[in-house]
Order: sequence, then structure tokens, then C-alpha cells
Amino acid sequence: MIPGWAREVLRRPAGVFGAVVIALLVAAAIVSVFWTPRDPFAADPFQRWLGPSAAHPFGTDGVGRDILSYVLAATRTTVLVAALSSVVAALVGLVLAAIAALGPRWVREPLAVLIDVLIAFPVLLIAIMLSAVLGSSLGTVIAAVGIGFGVNIARVSRGEIRRVARAGYVLAARASGLGPVRTLLDHVLPNIAPVFIVQLSLSAGVAVLSEAGLSFLGYGAPPSRPSWGRLLSDLQDYVTVHPLTVVWPGLAITLSVLAFNLFGDALREATDPRLRSRRRIAR
Amino acid sequence: MTLEVRGLTIRIGDRTVVDDVSFTVPDGGRFGLIGGSGSGKSLTVLAILGLLPDGADATGSVLLDGVELLGAPERRLARVRGSRIGTVFQDPQTALNPLRTIGRQLAEPLRLRGRLTRTATRAEAVRLAGLVRLPDPGRVVDAYPHQLSGGQRQRVAIGIALALSPGLLLADEPTTALDVTTQAEVLGLFDRLVADAGASLVFVTHDLAVLAGITREVLVLSEGRAVERGPVAQVLAAPQHPVTAALVAAARATSFGAGEGS
Ligand SMILES: Nc1ncnc2c1ncn2[C@@H]1O[C@H](COP(=O)(O)OP(=O)(O)O)[C@@H](O)[C@H]1O
Ligand SMILES: [Mg+2]
Repeated sequence: MIPGWAREVLRRPAGVFGAVVIALLVAAAIVSVFWTPRDPFAADPFQRWLGPSAAHPFGTDGVGRDILSYVLAATRTTVLVAALSSVVAALVGLVLAAIAALGPRWVREPLAVLIDVLIAFPVLLIAIMLSAVLGSSLGTVIAAVGIGFGVNIARVSRGEIRRVARAGYVLAARASGLGPVRTLLDHVLPNIAPVFIVQLSLSAGVAVLSEAGLSFLGYGAPPSRPSWGRLLSDLQDYVTVHPLTVVWPGLAITLSVLAFNLFGDALREATDPRLRSRRRIAR
Repeated sequence: MTLEVRGLTIRIGDRTVVDDVSFTVPDGGRFGLIGGSGSGKSLTVLAILGLLPDGADATGSVLLDGVELLGAPERRLARVRGSRIGTVFQDPQTALNPLRTIGRQLAEPLRLRGRLTRTATRAEAVRLAGLVRLPDPGRVVDAYPHQLSGGQRQRVAIGIALALSPGLLLADEPTTALDVTTQAEVLGLFDRLVADAGASLVFVTHDLAVLAGITREVLVLSEGRAVERGPVAQVLAAPQHPVTAALVAAARATSFGAGEGS
């Protein structure tokens, strides 16, 4: 059975687009573990810079690798980074937001300032600094996006938590005997979920972009891991000669980021009953 | 249940917002708390519940059937809230969780206390919806708050407060945000249900005209101080304090305006 919210998501064009692209990403990531048309890393000096053909639908690059296979294999990296950094960002964001919104005053206020300071650092900059210290790896990218975007989530969610915590139903829930933690979990967090979900899907989009960007710059994914960003950087010197080659990784990055953002929007609308039905009960 | 508030004083920072307020509500009795905006009515109610906002500090004594609530451990207070003290707050716009069905919210206090089956919980929600005269109880329990009018939402809030048949009800301006006709309907219902339940009542309002139909005894608050107390009829007829006189004048104006006597 499809749950109600999922049906609502799929009722929206943006939701369908997002869901389809994300499903394709995940499917490609899983399939590419077992199978790709060709070995994504196998260089063939006799097959360099081939245009699209039946044998190489996306063509080949400067060392004769099959671009389609490489792009497919790189999906793994994208999905992994997007999923793990969103989890980290969600945890960092929620915990920071809850403490900064509801903690005792002496924790709350300094934390709010700290969050505002951290937000001033772009995610990419945090990632480059972390890479310089920890060496470049996917873990560094995940930590950087998780923390960097987690702080963003914290700031947005903090305001939302404070707004919702003032609502009558929160006080009413306490007045009917619900404890503070259950009230937070049952009444406050579900009501900030729409904002939170959008933030989370934005964070997945930022994660995709950051991983690609960092790998493009030579941080991020190590050479043993295929990455759209590094493929782009490998191809960039020849972009004027072989412009078609950069289209594939570029398209993959653009579509993925777009899909996460649109899916988030649709999910937000679908999970909010106020946006769903305006039917009134007769008096 | 008997409620005894003695020397209740609430400070926020170095401001004293409720100053040495005392009153007693006998078992099954009713008591009105009246005062202008900011006079400390809501904070008094919250202090009884042990739900004062961050930074507010209460001293004095709140005795429920002789048992001290002020400064009692949170666990004990949580058991008292809902089951022995039911509360209705002012704002019907935000009094209900927008993401939950009416039925789920009506049955929330019950689910919190007992382990009812799904069907029993729903049946209880439908019963409560009928009790507070919501239209089509069997269907309204599946509706969401935004599908109800303000008056209907406030009926739901009353149903939630009555769910566990508490011995004491606190009503903090339960009808203030409603239009005059709805206000009269909801007040009538509330009055009847409290009488049927045999519960004690503390009714908070800024409108003497509203209070006159509900309670006999009244305490007038001004800037956190009790400035006058006595039977509502007497206070209406011969207000002693200028603040009371102003409230009486306002009540006269509204009850003439609304075309309903008190
Ligand atoms: N959370 C709070 N922080 C600071 N001051 C508050 C807070 N809540 C109430 N007050 C102040 O306490 C006084 C009494 O408020 P309240 O009990 O809500 O008044 P009433 O319900 O009679 O309108 C007001 O002056 C108000 O500004
Ligand atoms: Mg008030």
C-alpha cells in the first residue's frame, strides 16, 4: 500500500520528477556495484575521444575510458555522500536547534551566536579547511557538508522550534500531562517537519554539489573512487575540442541537485494537511 | 476538589508580576478571576499548573485538596495535569495541533493514561465529540483542526480538558477570541458541562459580563494585585476600586452592544 503522503508527492509534477530521478540515482548506484557496460577505469589508448556510438553511448574520454560506465559508477559516490551528509546534517541540525531553542538561557544564547558565526563559513570553505587538516576523503566531505549544512538547518529550525513551542497546543499538551520530551517529539518536531524536510533535501543537493566541486578541485573523492566532479576536471582542458564530453557529468550533477530540491518541495506540501485540503466541516 | 491559593507571588527577573494573591475554591465551587490585559491572570493559572514560563518564579502556596503543588516534583505535577486539573486556554486558532485529527487530540489524555485499544479510543473520542456538541461526531473525529471553525475548535479544547473528568477546571479566557454569538453558545455548553461533571472551576476573563453568567465569586486583579473581591452582583452594582469601575463600565457597554443581559 502506498502511504497517503507518498501519493500526495506523486500527485505533483515536481514530486514525480524528483522521485524518478532519485530512484534512478539509487538504482544506478546499486546496479553499478555489480555491473557497468564496461570497466569504468579501463583506459584504452586506441579508443580516446570517441563520439557517442552504440559501443560507447556517451563516448570516451582522453584516456579512452567509457564515459557512461564511469558516470554510472560515480553515482555510488554521489548517493553515498548525499545520504550520509544528510543524516549528519539532520542530527547536527536538530540537536543544535533543540538546545539553542529550548535549553537553559546560559547555553541557548551563546549557542545561537556560535551558529550565526559558523553560518558565515561557506560549506565549501569548511570542506577545504577540513581536507587540509584531515586529508581528502569522502569522510571529510561528509563531515564538512554535514556540519556546514547542519548549522544552516539548526538556525532555521531553531526559529521554527521557538515559534511552535509558543503555540497553544504545546501548552495545552503540557497541561494535559504530557512531559517536556514527549511534547517536543509529539507536537513540536512534527510541526517543524515541513521546514526541516526542505532543508534536508537542500542539504542533499548541496552535498552533491560539494562533492562534485571538491573532487573537481582535487579534494573530495580519492582517485580510486569515480566522481562526476573529477571527471569534469579531467575533461575541462579539452572542453573546447570535445565539448560534448562534459555534458554528461554536468547533466548528472544538475539533474541530481534539481531532483533533491524539487522532491523536498513536493514532500513539504504533501506532509502538511493545511496545504492539502481546505474542506470544512459543516456547522 | 478544593483549590487553595495562598500568598501567590510571581517574579520575572526583578519584576513582581503577581503580588500576594490568595483565594479559595471550595469543592464543586466556582471562582472568577478578572482583570485587564497584563494583570497577571494567565500567570496565576500557569502557576497552579506548574507551567510558568522560563525565568518566572513563584512563591506562596497552591493546595489541591490540601496537597502542595507549588514546587512539587515534575513527575507528580504531570500526573495531576489532565487527570485532576483540566485546562482550557484562550486561543482557539492555535489550541489544537494542526497535524493531528480531532479524534486523536480528544483521546490524547486517555491514551496518555490508559492502554485503550484503537476502537475503544475512537469510541471515546466520538463520545467526547458528542459531549461538546460537535456536528456529526462520528465524522468530525477524522477532521483536521483547519476544517473547523473557531467555536468548534474551542469545543474540542473543552472536550480535551474534560476527557479524564478532572475535579478542577481552569479556563483562561476560553471565549475571548470568539464572536459574540459563538461565545454565548460555547459559554452555555461549558457552564452545563462543568455543572454535570460537578467539577470546581476557576474562570479567567477580562469581561465581567461574561463572568456574571458563570460564577458568583470574583477576584479583581490589577497589575498583579488583588484589588477587590466579592459576589459578582455586588461588584457589578457597587465597584469599590477604580479598576473595577472601569471593568463594570466596559461590561455595561458590551452587554448593551451585544443585546444580551447578564
Ligand atoms: N514569558 C514572560 N516573560 C516576561 N514577562 C511576562 C511573560 N509572561 C507574562 N509576562 C508579564 O507578566 C504580566 C502578567 O501577564 P499575564 O499573566 O499573561 O497577564 P493577563 O493574562 O492578565 O493578561 C504582564 O505584564 C506580562 O508582560
Ligand atoms: Mg492572559
